[in-house]
Amino acid sequence: MKNIDSVNHTKGLSVYVDDIPVTIDTLFGAVYASPIAHGIIKKINLEKAASLPGVVRILTATDIPGINQIGGIVKDEPLLAEDMVHFAGMPVAFILATSDAVARHAAQLIEMDIEPLPVITDPRLAKEKNQLIVPPRTFKTGNTKEAFEQCHYVVQGTAHTNGQEHLYIETQGAYAFPVEHSGIKIYSSTQGPTAVQRHTADVLGIPMHRIEVDVTRLGGGFGGKEDQATAWAALCALGAFIVKKPVKYVLHRMEDMRMTGKRNPYTADYTIGLNKDLKILAYEVTFYQNAGAAADLSPAVLERTLFHCTNSYYIPNVLATAYSCKTNLPPNTAFRGFGGPQGMFVIESAIAKAADVAGVPASTIQEKNLIETGDIFPYGQKAESEARASWSTASDTFNFKQTEESVIAFNQKNKLVKKGLSWMPICFGISFTKTPMNNARALVHIYSDGSVNISTGAVEMGQGVQTKMLQVAAQVLSIQTDRIKVNSTNTYRIANTSPSAASATADLNGAAVQIACTTLLNRLLQTAARLLGNEVAPENVSLQDEWIYHHQNKTEIHWKQLVSEAFIQRVNLSEHAHYATPVIHFNPSIEKGHPFAYHVYGIALTEVTVDCIRGTYTIDSIRIVHDFGKSMNTDIDYGQIEGGLVQGIGWMTMEEIVFDDKGILKSNALSTYKVPDIYSVPATIEIVPLLTQKENMAILQSKAVGEPPLMYGIGTYFAIRNAILAFNPSSPVAFDAPMTPEKVLMALYPHFSHEAIS
Amino acid sequence: MIQFILNDEIIQTGLPSGTTLLDFIRYEKNLTGTKIGCREGDCGACTILVGDIQNNKLVYSNATSCLMAIGNAHLKHIVTIEGVNMAKQSLVQKSFSDFNATQCGFCTPGFVVSLTGACVSGNVQTAAEAIDSMNGNICRCTGYKSIQRAAVFIAENVKPNLNDLLQGAVDQEIIPQYFLTIESRLKKLRASIQPHPIQQNSALRLAGGTDLYVQQHERMVQEQPELMATQDALRFIRKDGNTCTLGAATTVSDMAASPIFKDHFRNLNAWIKLISSTPIRNMATIAGNFVNASPIGDLSVFFLALDAQLLISDGTSERILPLRSFYNGYKKLNWQPGEYIQSISFELPDPESNVNFEKVCKRTHLDIASVNSALHIHVKDGVILHCSISAGGVSPVPAYLSQSSKMLEGKPLTRLHVQEMLQTVQQEIAPISDARGSATYKRLLLQQLIMAHFNQIFPDLDVYEKY
Repeated sequence: MKNIDSVNHTKGLSVYVDDIPVTIDTLFGAVYASPIAHGIIKKINLEKAASLPGVVRILTATDIPGINQIGGIVKDEPLLAEDMVHFAGMPVAFILATSDAVARHAAQLIEMDIEPLPVITDPRLAKEKNQLIVPPRTFKTGNTKEAFEQCHYVVQGTAHTNGQEHLYIETQGAYAFPVEHSGIKIYSSTQGPTAVQRHTADVLGIPMHRIEVDVTRLGGGFGGKEDQATAWAALCALGAFIVKKPVKYVLHRMEDMRMTGKRNPYTADYTIGLNKDLKILAYEVTFYQNAGAAADLSPAVLERTLFHCTNSYYIPNVLATAYSCKTNLPPNTAFRGFGGPQGMFVIESAIAKAADVAGVPASTIQEKNLIETGDIFPYGQKAESEARASWSTASDTFNFKQTEESVIAFNQKNKLVKKGLSWMPICFGISFTKTPMNNARALVHIYSDGSVNISTGAVEMGQGVQTKMLQVAAQVLSIQTDRIKVNSTNTYRIANTSPSAASATADLNGAAVQIACTTLLNRLLQTAARLLGNEVAPENVSLQDEWIYHHQNKTEIHWKQLVSEAFIQRVNLSEHAHYATPVIHFNPSIEKGHPFAYHVYGIALTEVTVDCIRGTYTIDSIRIVHDFGKSMNTDIDYGQIEGGLVQGIGWMTMEEIVFDDKGILKSNALSTYKVPDIYSVPATIEIVPLLTQKENMAILQSKAVGEPPLMYGIGTYFAIRNAILAFNPSSPVAFDAPMTPEKVLMALYPHFSHEAIS
Repeated sequence: MIQFILNDEIIQTGLPSGTTLLDFIRYEKNLTGTKIGCREGDCGACTILVGDIQNNKLVYSNATSCLMAIGNAHLKHIVTIEGVNMAKQSLVQKSFSDFNATQCGFCTPGFVVSLTGACVSGNVQTAAEAIDSMNGNICRCTGYKSIQRAAVFIAENVKPNLNDLLQGAVDQEIIPQYFLTIESRLKKLRASIQPHPIQQNSALRLAGGTDLYVQQHERMVQEQPELMATQDALRFIRKDGNTCTLGAATTVSDMAASPIFKDHFRNLNAWIKLISSTPIRNMATIAGNFVNASPIGDLSVFFLALDAQLLISDGTSERILPLRSFYNGYKKLNWQPGEYIQSISFELPDPESNVNFEKVCKRTHLDIASVNSALHIHVKDGVILHCSISAGGVSPVPAYLSQSSKMLEGKPLTRLHVQEMLQTVQQEIAPISDARGSATYKRLLLQQLIMAHFNQIFPDLDVYEKY
């Protein structure tokens, strides 16, 4: 089934925050943000800005009636800076003006006296100075020290991954309206309507029930609007609350890039030990996460890094420690994969380096160590593994041996162009790692004309979740999809929602829709049984394609008639259902439990070509075997795989965030931060579903597909690395993503600087 | 008074001519299908079509409305996604739905407009051509494969009516019927309005705007600049003997389509593809690239190797200045206030000589170079008669490497001589470290690109032997 928004999208009729008709009394907001990364505010001079014609009001921290705090996990993030600034781009003042242009002009007229303080951008330095967001965490299984003594190969190294700009094409924004009884209605481009509601209530000092947050859809989120949409919504609400006029603020791209956090960069040290047979016996890893200036979601991201630090492999002895390091960068945040990809890059680097030392291809080590069903992950959960099934399906389907031989032959023939191959298996746990967040609700109304309206906590951001909600309802109720409408996501219809994140939105909200519709169906079948006569038992009645069946015999009763009759008989045609994922649990005090409803597995075979004159590369093909369970919507799920993969490739190749040592973002526009374009994607992307019949806890057996495919992109890094080594086998090519053309060229010719001097 | 047709509606507006078309479309006309993604021409969410009468015929090209002054829409047909919409989905729109080429939908109207423009222009004869039409559009959701599939479908199913492209597009349900009325309406509009002469002493001149709006957006939207791009008299490419002359309003796309350029530069298409994107090339002028004075201006570097001469005017008197003498320092030009480029001329390369252009950036397309370079070389009987090497990204201005170029002239073409020259190149440049790469990288990269020139032109020389 096509995405239900598809037609409107192609006609430009879909509505995003900036498309909401502007009321005549609307004021436009603009943030004045700190120009430096760390310092003490001595004085904020607002006079020049305030006297600009059209400026209505300038709000600072002292105007906040409630508490100046929007920190989710840790209360460490003021909405507006008070006496200190902790990163360049930290909001200090919010201007309200009669036009967008005036508001932004006024922001340029604000001046601030700041006493600069030392700036830290390096997470290792932050750790040294004990600047940690939360206490470190350690996952431990077995005894690594003893295990290393039995190893034939013990290899150490470091690996780094840079951050990643979300680059949702729709920038952050919100539009807030004052409503009666001191309430506020906010249209927000957020993945977390409840977070917006909760923090805005705190900021305004009013109860949550006064704040209605409505989200129709997002022009992309990718994690960047999970927590980071809150500030703009809260600022607009603050303005609307104080000035009693609607306030709109949609960020310019450069404001968005400068003020919002990104994927957490990581740097890590590892030691990996293997026996003679190349079985990994032990793995020690220490992660230094660059959290930025406030916690945001970094502690949760950190946790997922630990969960996925062994990727698809079984390692009996693991010691993994992670530090969330506080630096003077914008608070980093969720981004598709949520720390998982950062953890996986390190184990893949460790394996690649061990393979170099052992003189075997990395794939030999990878294949030998795949996790099997029954193996225990370092955090205590027993694996229901599809890792080997994915590997062998891929190896057969894509004829790995032949591919490998043809690459070797190509590289022997060509001096200045080299090919590289890599395998990238993935294993990704589905559920919020914070167990209490794994719940959702749905509200389903059947109207007396037989039309159906669904509300859930799921936010549509292109991932097609609303289409899936509709499919669940249509399947349970056995009615046509065009009888069903999915509502915007609204905190007055569905309360206390978890954000649309963790790949779990369709599972959680879909299950709630399923429960609500099943309840309604059962009520309707009872009505149908009554209609069919006294002798008819409801359990012998069913609904199939809009018609009532009795003992598999079609009756004369159609859905519309049934609903109409139920309405007259005063049957409740509305249902609000609640779902909480069963089975899962986790105990952080021992770092053990069963945190995930299930895991998603898969593998990607990547082939690249490197131009060894220019240091540029093309990605020839990526062939994937992916564990869908049983996809409920292949149109959407294949799109998620391709899109996630290309985002992962971007993170590993051209997307390079550059901060200078003063904490100023240099890659601050689309001209300096490059995401994949239509030419840079692999010539071939092939996706083969892994056929499995096993039961799982996913909605309609259709496993989550949002985040896992991003990690296939990691393979691109290692394929390029292998091509570089084919050109220059002694190149000291580092494990330092992204692999930009600059890094490729420098790795192809590592001795150049000496040549230049001579 | 600026007058144009927006979709099916005649527009007359007294807004400052520097107002962006994007702001007008979204906030004056409430046509919200045109989206804002970056306001610097790098994402394509605001893509529109521009219909213009050229050689007495209505032709369409795409443009990013964030960088287009409303003054540059004067006497043109501007088409937004709403102007493409019909009761049912158009064929292009339907292909996007059928191939799941839309996810969050925010970039989709821009893609649809670009591909529609290609259909209307007859530029979807191959799948590659159809894909090229969307090279200025960024999508963050789909990974593009589904969009490519939609483009392949369009290429296979749209058969341009070469006698009447618009009628053909209407017949195939690509555009609505009203497009057939536009040509006569535009001609009528043009006939009713006198072209205005180039004003002297204008403090601010605007050509395509593709750099000016990126760098000075807030200033530009309030200005009434002197519009150079709408001066039809400045938009020409002609050949007199062996001299080729381009008017200052000539766009990069004009150059790419010019038979003169195609005849003399075999690899032109491949080079052009490395320079920005189709919608930007449709607006950006060659003269604008020179005046912008970016140290990595692609066209500046290309024309430095060809020793282009600028005809500079202040409105009353004219002078000729070699492009190689145009730059005094970073963003400093060798001219007086009020002067402007009227035309650019250069000697077409000898058929026995060779020209090559190289560029490397983080992303191969729609990106600014880390380093770029052009080489013009004439070798006869193994001896180098002429050599011009230029490079961008290695000094404060687009650089002509005069010493390196000169030292080869008169010498036999040998690997050794090229390698000696590469040593001189390193002494002639002074790159700095920035977001586009470290200084060391830029030094290495220029060396590689110069070797790439020789490798392209003289593969038998085997300049890479030492590796």
